[in-house]
Amino acid sequence: MEFKAHQPIYLQIYLYICEMILNGKYNIGDKIMSVREMAIEVGVNPNTVMRSYELLQSKNIIINKRGIGFNVSENAKELILEEQKKQFMEEELPEIIKKFKMFGISMKEIENLIEN
Amino acid sequence: MITIKNLDFSYKNAAVFRNISLEFKKGNIYGLLGENGVGKTTLLKIICGLQFPNNGTCRVDDFIPQERNPHFLQNIFYLPEEVITDDTTPDVYVNKLGVFYPNYDYSYFLNLMKELEVDPKRKFNALSFGQKKKALLACALSLRTEYLLLDEPTNGLDIPSKALFRKVILQHGVTTDTTDLHRLPTIIISTHQVKDVENLIDPIVILDHDEVLLNATFEEISSKLFFEYGAEKSDEALYTEQMPGGFINVIPNKFEMDSKVNVEALFNAVRNNKKRIKEIFNN
Repeated sequence: MEFKAHQPIYLQIYLYICEMILNGKYNIGDKIMSVREMAIEVGVNPNTVMRSYELLQSKNIIINKRGIGFNVSENAKELILEEQKKQFMEEELPEIIKKFKMFGISMKEIENLIEN
Repeated sequence: MITIKNLDFSYKNAAVFRNISLEFKKGNIYGLLGENGVGKTTLLKIICGLQFPNNGTCRVDDFIPQERNPHFLQNIFYLPEEVITDDTTPDVYVNKLGVFYPNYDYSYFLNLMKELEVDPKRKFNALSFGQKKKALLACALSLRTEYLLLDEPTNGLDIPSKALFRKVILQHGVTTDTTDLHRLPTIIISTHQVKDVENLIDPIVILDHDEVLLNATFEEISSKLFFEYGAEKSDEALYTEQMPGGFINVIPNKFEMDSKVNVEALFNAVRNNKKRIKEIFNN
């Protein structure tokens, strides 16, 4: 796995797993890779992967079934989308709006872009 | 667990360690960092019983390494930086070595050699330096000891081999069961090639002339220090390093901000601010 230079690795792995849930590689109830397997897959220390899993668990995206492993929770997709939407609205959209204004792009142009 | 308490060590009149104390907890892959000559190799030798402390103690679980109890020795392996150059083959060598280690796994050795792309039947003196390093790594791993001490294991490896090194270390276990986190060996990797092992190691120990400057997990480091990647130098930074497109500032983390630990910048920040770092991490 190629990592971005400036984002904590555990967050990048967290987002990687969220992505796999969103794109259907993991479905509701699926058992996800063990910490160990994921560490080998992404080439990262198991402690780091453990942190990603703890974060996923604290957000109820995955559930720890003792002795069995981690499973995708029932409303994992909604939770991820909700979080990512919030982040988009608060962090990315204001930047985009700034650019719309800077380039003088009208609402009409934007509407056209979205419709096509 | 490895527990070192108030340990002194010197070679004749040259003091290497003065009253150092530190712990290595089980099941972790430790990175042991430090400039040349600070005693990384010496520390590994003390842990495996090849050197004896002048004062203080080193314990590995219930054992004192210098007593060289066979039950201790069969569960620890130290892989020196230097390679074998004679006319034995890795295959012959590992089978001789394996006699002393009850968990020794020959088929695992063969798999590792395949994965690392070295011919086990080729004599050491006919292998390139990198191939020798990889062959000896395979020998060391195949003993499946609980403790594994690797001295500069990535020295002389080419880029693809470095990636293979990380992979085999992460796959490695005391047993063949790869799902069990509790059966992970304790590995200490001494290196000054930080980039090679940056994502592999956690915790990090930084040694200096006669003291331990840092022994902390990535989580602890990122809670104490903030690594700011930006266009400008920061006045508050303990250390600033120029990089393509800007600077890395290592700043005391006052606002509990999350950031990516850059181990090279960390190393330099620690080296240039020994006292401050100790204060920051002891709070």
